[in-house]
Amino acid sequence: MTATLPTLHALPWLQHLMLAPVLLPLLCGAALAPLTRGRHRLKFALGYASILAQLAAALVLGAMADGGYWEDGIGVYLAANWAAPFGIALVADRLAALMLVLTALLALAALHFAMLRWERIGVHFHTLFQFLLMGLNGAFLTHDLFNLFVFFEVMLAASYGLVLHGYNAQRLRASMQYIALNLAAAMLFLIGTALLYAATGTLNMADLAWRIAAMAGAGDSADLSLVHAGAAILVLAFLIKSAMWPLGFWLPTTYAAASPPVAAMLVLMTKVGVVVILRLWLLLFPAGAAGGFAYDALLWGGMATIVFGAAGMLSTGSAGRMAGYAATVSSGTLLAVVGYGQASLVTAGLFYLIGSTLAVAALLLLLELVDRIRTPGAALLAVTMEAWVVEDKPDEPVGQGVPAALAFLAVSFAACALMIAGLPPLSGFVAKFGMFHALLNPPAPGAAIAAPGWTLMALVFGSGLVAIVAMMRFGVRTFWTSAKLAPPRLHRSEVLPVLFLLGLSALMTVQAGPLFGYLGRASDGIHRPGDYIARVLREPAVAAPPPATASAAGLAEAP
Amino acid sequence: MNIVLALATGIVFGAGIWLVLRPRSFQVLCGLMLMSYAVNLFIFAMGRLRVDRAPLTPAGSAPDPAALADPLPQALVLTAIVIGFATTALYLVVMIGARGLTGTDHVDGEEPQP
Repeated sequence: MTATLPTLHALPWLQHLMLAPVLLPLLCGAALAPLTRGRHRLKFALGYASILAQLAAALVLGAMADGGYWEDGIGVYLAANWAAPFGIALVADRLAALMLVLTALLALAALHFAMLRWERIGVHFHTLFQFLLMGLNGAFLTHDLFNLFVFFEVMLAASYGLVLHGYNAQRLRASMQYIALNLAAAMLFLIGTALLYAATGTLNMADLAWRIAAMAGAGDSADLSLVHAGAAILVLAFLIKSAMWPLGFWLPTTYAAASPPVAAMLVLMTKVGVVVILRLWLLLFPAGAAGGFAYDALLWGGMATIVFGAAGMLSTGSAGRMAGYAATVSSGTLLAVVGYGQASLVTAGLFYLIGSTLAVAALLLLLELVDRIRTPGAALLAVTMEAWVVEDKPDEPVGQGVPAALAFLAVSFAACALMIAGLPPLSGFVAKFGMFHALLNPPAPGAAIAAPGWTLMALVFGSGLVAIVAMMRFGVRTFWTSAKLAPPRLHRSEVLPVLFLLGLSALMTVQAGPLFGYLGRASDGIHRPGDYIARVLREPAVAAPPPATASAAGLAEAP
Repeated sequence: MNIVLALATGIVFGAGIWLVLRPRSFQVLCGLMLMSYAVNLFIFAMGRLRVDRAPLTPAGSAPDPAALADPLPQALVLTAIVIGFATTALYLVVMIGARGLTGTDHVDGEEPQP
């Protein structure tokens, strides 16, 4: 990877590449907004091209972060050329690049799945989809609390529209609760931000971390408790997004109500909260140091979420809700991983994050196809019901039927089940094995593993068992015990995204070594806040251009 | 001034919480709006309260930081107001849609069974 970089150095415009993941979807979404009816192919092609460009930008950013293009693997972009902490800083490091790549890959699959029918049951699907991507990418790149709020709101506003897309009574009901809850969460976010600003006088994350460390060093307990109060309120907003028990009751209902491609993107939105917590907490309150704060709450809250999600998976009869609870379990596992406060565990946790996002998203897409064999004709009925508000009804997928559709569904479902449960040979097993390995090998050699470590291991193991029971029950009922199975009509554009997500997961298993290496460096980077603070705060603003040349001066003076 | 502002924020926010927990969607909407007003007041107060200080520097003179109010919370409040308006308007549309489709304004989309 290093070998390719000298050529990259020669390109000064690469400095501005960090803006591309935000600007591309913004421009593309805006360009698509006037097209309300028809033109499906054009809209799809534009949206698809935008996502491919984002994927390319994300991959280059990852190569730059990991290949030594930037010092410490952290690239800083000072918007409007104001030096931190005064301006708005965008920061790309290995974690951000990883999340950008994951976003683009998932968006590719979801958009492809939506091509045939789902984008046509309402207007502005593509515009909202691009704005959702803009919010997600921005939230991963920005390093300023208030801009984080803005990007969160962009992401949420787009997601409200997408959850409502092709609306029926069920979706309206689900989104009314979803919107009310997120509006309340946004207020918590603002209160937390305001308290942090009152205590420290800054909103730039690097400056904030530096000041909090100085406060902890000086023993300034009055201001420090204000910081803790602010951070605790702030994190509530992210915990609602990542559905920690008891804040996650909205999740299964919303996932089950949303259309499948949207639900697949929602899976990623659940992970945004976790990623932000991971970044913010390690930066502001480094684990193990004197300033550590509320790690226990994250650990135990995450473990309670695992229990809640696992119980939900067993208790529910609806497939969509089961996938929602599976997302809750993975979110709880990640929160517990963050709360455990051990760098090697975070590495495995990041691997688990990618794997579980791909698996649950694939499952949500697949369940819609499986639904067609459970109730033949239901797909057609559902679409007509949903399409009553729009004039152009989506076409029933005709022709190009996929051979052996039933076998494809059963095998893919089994693959999803293996990944979610964490059984070999797919990526879920590698992730859980990595977590167990990290838990059993604490960094201090010979140290005993504390009770929380054993509890977490038992819960991760137990939740996998519950997941396999729940998914096998569904699989047996669907594929074995049905009296007569009509082979469903699947279209190539619906099968490909599922295969793509499952293939990515298989690729993760095969390439687990290099991927773990990258994730290890990413985890290492976010565990060294000192480097990050130094990089952001010392990034010089670009010098003013040289005095105007004679011709330019002449032009300026001309009347 | 401090106690008045604190009381106002607290009362408005408390009223908002009470309304948000009500079963009718219009009450929930009003509650969310009251809460967002209280949050805006709160952000404003977090920039420290001072009387008679402008946030902008007068033109043509060297600015004196001691004579100026903190402009950042005011910028934050402005952004928060815009975003709050937009999302609340969206909620209103969803509320009207749900009322039309389900025939009830209960937040669960159906009347509770007695």
